[in-house]
Amino acid sequence: MKRLGPRIEERAARTVLWTLTLVTVAVLLFIIFFILRRGLPALSLEFLTANPVDMGKAGGIFSTVVGTVALTALAILLAAPLGIGTAIYLTEYTWGGPVTRVIRFGAECLAGIPSIIFGLFGFILFVTKLKFGWSILSGGLTLAFMLLPTIIRTSEEAIKSVPPAYRQVGFSLGSTKWQTVTRIVLPSALPGIATGIVLSVGRSLGETAATIFTAGSALRMPTSLFSSTRTMSVHFYILAREGISAPNAYGTAAILIIAILGINILTYYLMNRFIRRYS
Amino acid sequence: MGKIAGNRLERNDRLVRLALLVVAFSAVSVLLVITVFIVGQGTPIMVKYGLKSFLAGSNWYPSEKLFGLWPMIVGSLFVTGGALVIGVPFGLACAIVLTEFSSKRVRRFIKPVIELLAGIPSVVYGFMGVIILVPFIRQTFGGPGLSVLAASIVLGIMILPTVISISVDSLQAVPPSYREGSIALGATRWQTVKMVLFPAARSGIIASIILGMGRAIGETMATIMIAGNAAEIPRSLLAPVRTLTSNVALEMSYATGEHREALFATGVVLFVIIMILNTIANATSAKRRKQP
Amino acid sequence: MSGVAIEVRGFGQSFGGVRKLAGLDLDVMRNEILGIIGPARSGKSTFLCALNRLNDLVRGSRPEGTIRIDGRDIYGPEVDVVELRRKLGMVFATPVPLPRSIFENVAFGARRAGIRSREELEVIVRDSLEKGGLWDEVKDRLGTSGLKLSGGQQQRLCVARILAVKPEFILLDEPTSGLDPISTMKIEDSLRKLKKDYTIILVTNNTKQAARVADRTAFFLSGRLVEIGPTAKIFTAPDDQRTDDYLRGRFG
Repeated sequence: MKRLGPRIEERAARTVLWTLTLVTVAVLLFIIFFILRRGLPALSLEFLTANPVDMGKAGGIFSTVVGTVALTALAILLAAPLGIGTAIYLTEYTWGGPVTRVIRFGAECLAGIPSIIFGLFGFILFVTKLKFGWSILSGGLTLAFMLLPTIIRTSEEAIKSVPPAYRQVGFSLGSTKWQTVTRIVLPSALPGIATGIVLSVGRSLGETAATIFTAGSALRMPTSLFSSTRTMSVHFYILAREGISAPNAYGTAAILIIAILGINILTYYLMNRFIRRYS
Repeated sequence: MGKIAGNRLERNDRLVRLALLVVAFSAVSVLLVITVFIVGQGTPIMVKYGLKSFLAGSNWYPSEKLFGLWPMIVGSLFVTGGALVIGVPFGLACAIVLTEFSSKRVRRFIKPVIELLAGIPSVVYGFMGVIILVPFIRQTFGGPGLSVLAASIVLGIMILPTVISISVDSLQAVPPSYREGSIALGATRWQTVKMVLFPAARSGIIASIILGMGRAIGETMATIMIAGNAAEIPRSLLAPVRTLTSNVALEMSYATGEHREALFATGVVLFVIIMILNTIANATSAKRRKQP
Repeated sequence: MSGVAIEVRGFGQSFGGVRKLAGLDLDVMRNEILGIIGPARSGKSTFLCALNRLNDLVRGSRPEGTIRIDGRDIYGPEVDVVELRRKLGMVFATPVPLPRSIFENVAFGARRAGIRSREELEVIVRDSLEKGGLWDEVKDRLGTSGLKLSGGQQQRLCVARILAVKPEFILLDEPTSGLDPISTMKIEDSLRKLKKDYTIILVTNNTKQAARVADRTAFFLSGRLVEIGPTAKIFTAPDDQRTDDYLRGRFG
């Protein structure tokens, strides 16, 4: 290849790079607009609050909303204390020794495991061996383990960002370590920790493979922890795959995307509060 | 710590420390439990059937007790490779543009857009693939449309956020003095990127690619919807294909007995592949952190 | 009430094999202001942190010798470290107000000690802010964030904060190094007034500050105590040549 002059090379490179970038952005925006354009018309208060009728061909998606909320809430309820506790331990109570490395390694490996394996695991352990059956309980437990690494990582970063001077102040005022952690460090790290939790909620909203194998896909309103239920993403999958109802499928997808958009905005807001705290 | 003897508050602190240690091990314990279960459930049949015929057998007919995973292994490899071919160039291009060639205002617009990309559920991607991409491929190139090509494109898009965000981090971690030095020597921005920044950020970029690979291999829902799911070795880009993940997801709901065990075994193979990828990615990341 | 408040005998401190202090022998008298001067890295701050055992938080900390406060070895087996740190309040070089209101900043320590009633807290907060020389400037805006105060005000807030937990000693580690002259003067004034009720140890890089404020002054060099005595004597006719050299700026 003939050597281009540096100016031409620069021009060519910029053109190529920008083209690729704009294509990427365009693809994403296209996806969002496509879904929203077809999905928004199907949305209405009724859609959200009415139950599915006729396998989802008609009616709304209320039972799936309830199922999604229940599943996500259970998962966060379990994963948040475990994750934040782990983060506190890693930042405040150890100093990078072998114990820390083992814990970190465990968390990072967990982060890389694909959702289908979690689904398989949840199916083997919770649904079958522990006999919970396809239920909110099985799904929530499985989801909790999936969200754990994210919460650990974001909480750790949030806690690490709290200036060390704050801790010294706590100690010099006669606080114990635990008091310093709970009264000074955690409150300061709260927006960062909240961000991690919100991100996890976003992730669990889109989770399909793991939930379908642990919570099942029952369409009726769940009545207890042991009821099987269908999340919105699973509902969307089934509607789309079986070709049951295109408008309803788009509507469900639209809700999911709007919810995730909302979560991203919330994340930015929280991160800004976090940054503003220290300037 | 110094010689602090016990008194009530100190003892409480030590209890707290112990409790937190137990909590902190939750992540590790979960990992262990998952490994134990998956491996425990899946290995017996691999032993019974023979590891070589399991991995290398070309026929997957559960009803006739034939459990050859090779087509699915090839399928996963092809689809992942295709995803990388698409995702890496676009991803790196975006990363470079974001860090080196865009103003702050542009960056503030593009970055959230890309992060949004990461949040879209995989089923929506799969759906878009079915509605738009598959018919397009079928009309333009022939074949069923449900193909390696379709899966590669969709997966390529799906791994973009991973590749982009980690590459951006790596590029931003390169000390400004590298850039300034290069520009001061008269290099253009692209030359700086090509000859200075890329090599400097290399291990981070490689890590992002490996993680993207891990993401592509682990993807289930999108591949089920658009890859075609034929359990045969794909002969061309346009042939339908089944990945390891789809194999598990598709048949899990009705598999019994040995069939079910074979699916667990598929899970084991997947698990091992992902663990290897993760370890490599971690090793390269660690190398990156040690870089100046 | 005078007499020896702190007795330091043969005290040394190292961190993971690196020695920071050695062979310290000195007394701190009650209700005095003791100034500690010396070049950077002479161990002044390490000594201060040894007094309230803040050094314990650093990995590999190894203290030797004894430090007796009110007759008891603070490194002894029965010592309540948390209580010790309350008794020896510390003010750091950079003011660190907690990200909450002025009121909450000062009330923090009192709350930790179990005081819950709003009225009691208000009394404590007012009392501490007055002693810290900040009350008049903030009495109308106790609810505003501590971060909004100027540097000098923030530092006085930090003083008030430790006063709220009723210490016996006030340890200050270069408290005015980043502050303007007026804030510095206000803090020095507060210290003069506080000495009546507290014993004060002031580490400072600014020898003139020690000359203005301290009753006695100690000169540290390379982790050892070179000389200690009445401020006037140290500054005009020190016993040790090194003290003289430092004060005259021949090194530093």
